[in-house]
Amino acid sequence: MAKTRVPAIEGWFTTGDEPALVGSRGKETGSYFFPKSVAFSRNPAAPAEKLEEVALGRRGRIWSFTTNYYPPPEPYVAPDPFVPYTIVAVELPEEQMVVLGQLAEGADPAALKVGAEVELVLGTLYEDDEHEYEVWKWRPV
Amino acid sequence: MTDVAILGVGMHPWGKWGRNFVDYGVAAAQAALADAGMEWRDIQFVSGADTIRNGYPGYVSGATFAQALGWQGAPVASSYAACASGATALNAARAQILAGLCDVALVVGADTTPKGFLAPTAGERRDDPDWLRFRLLGATNPAYFGLYARRRMELYGATPGDFARVKVKNARHGLTNPNARYRKEVTEDDVLGSPVVADPLHLLEICATSDGGAAVVIASTDFAKSRGTKAPARIAAISTVTPTYPNTVIEMPNFATDSSAGVKPPETTFRDSIAAKAYDEAGLGPDDLDVAEVYDLSTALELDWYENIGLCKAGEAEKLLNDGDTTLGGRIPVNTSGGLACFGEAVPAQALAQVCELTWQLRGEAGERQAEGAKVGLTINQGLFGHGSSVIVIR
Repeated sequence: MAKTRVPAIEGWFTTGDEPALVGSRGKETGSYFFPKSVAFSRNPAAPAEKLEEVALGRRGRIWSFTTNYYPPPEPYVAPDPFVPYTIVAVELPEEQMVVLGQLAEGADPAALKVGAEVELVLGTLYEDDEHEYEVWKWRPV
Repeated sequence: MTDVAILGVGMHPWGKWGRNFVDYGVAAAQAALADAGMEWRDIQFVSGADTIRNGYPGYVSGATFAQALGWQGAPVASSYAACASGATALNAARAQILAGLCDVALVVGADTTPKGFLAPTAGERRDDPDWLRFRLLGATNPAYFGLYARRRMELYGATPGDFARVKVKNARHGLTNPNARYRKEVTEDDVLGSPVVADPLHLLEICATSDGGAAVVIASTDFAKSRGTKAPARIAAISTVTPTYPNTVIEMPNFATDSSAGVKPPETTFRDSIAAKAYDEAGLGPDDLDVAEVYDLSTALELDWYENIGLCKAGEAEKLLNDGDTTLGGRIPVNTSGGLACFGEAVPAQALAQVCELTWQLRGEAGERQAEGAKVGLTINQGLFGHGSSVIVIR
């Protein structure tokens, strides 16, 4: 029987065919925040500005990337045997910010280039007997 | 005149000793007091740099060290600012002195560290970005260092060999430092042949975590004069700045940078602003420096710091290194102590250890690692969650 897919964290991304990170946007200045800020704006130029929840752009360009070859400490849930994984920092053009994420399963880290375009997908972060825990990842376009 | 005098400095050697952090702090404090020729009972203020890995005593380090040395009634403060804790504790003590609230203060930082990666505080902590970055990304500290290193290669054409040569230099500098944990020469091949941790960085390019302790006794210049202290090293500036919104460089433990969509980024980046504030306060500039202790959490980060403290323009750090300018005997020796490459990181002690090294250099007491005629030195360091740290020491 297939395992149930559940988000590894609630409220940080949407699911479906075109998943997206959930951020917030200041209604006055247009500053974006991720993770989303609900109660207050972190922009000191407009401390009282109202915030709206928005889906962040699904595509961006690689700012930098690195592959981790050693198992990190908890609370990371590392598979046994350990599998190296790649972290990609991506510049979003509209939001003008850099967001981290793991590289999607199946993508070749050796083929990555700074400046190349990637898009947001959902992938498996870890699993237990009943669930696969999903998280956002970046996949080369 | 905002200078304060450094009357004494002391350290407990770095290593993996496995004892209580209080032992190292007390040993360092006693060494600094002896160096100052002061009695513990004459200290009027105690400023501790906290550790978060050793339970409650670590959160109230000022009192912990005061009790261990023997209660004598002095007021205390305890500061936590991650890797910048030592500078923050030093600044708390300096403020007391400059405000005229006390004449002489003891600043102490010490740590006992676990093996391997520094990990977040235990428990299920879904509101804590430090917990979440490990959980959702596996973003260890070296992962961020790897991102910065790759960026440097992309922007400036830095090579793995350039990075490795930082380690080779620092290993040589620290060879005879009695407080250093690693005292062994390494070659470029040793570095590049060590396992990759977070590419492009290898095991020998990422600082270890260590046990250790450092302490500094500071006083008003009048107090120093009244005790007949001749030409003490002096603290001319301490910078503990935070970023200015929007901070456009990804920093530990964040998932994202600030957005520049609504507000233009400041002209000076956060890392550039740390030393800039210290230079401004001291009325000095990069050309005045004789020595610098920079926070080489990774080899590549040392090169970033050269540019952030103004030793050269952006993109020229590799040339500065490869020309030997930052090697002992060069124009501006960097990390004469051996840096984190030889010490490993004892978080709350590290910024104070940098000040200890500059003090020995400026007094001409650094032995085989002495930079000839050093009169002005700068430390630079950064703690996660947005803590800048820079101290300028003059003599």
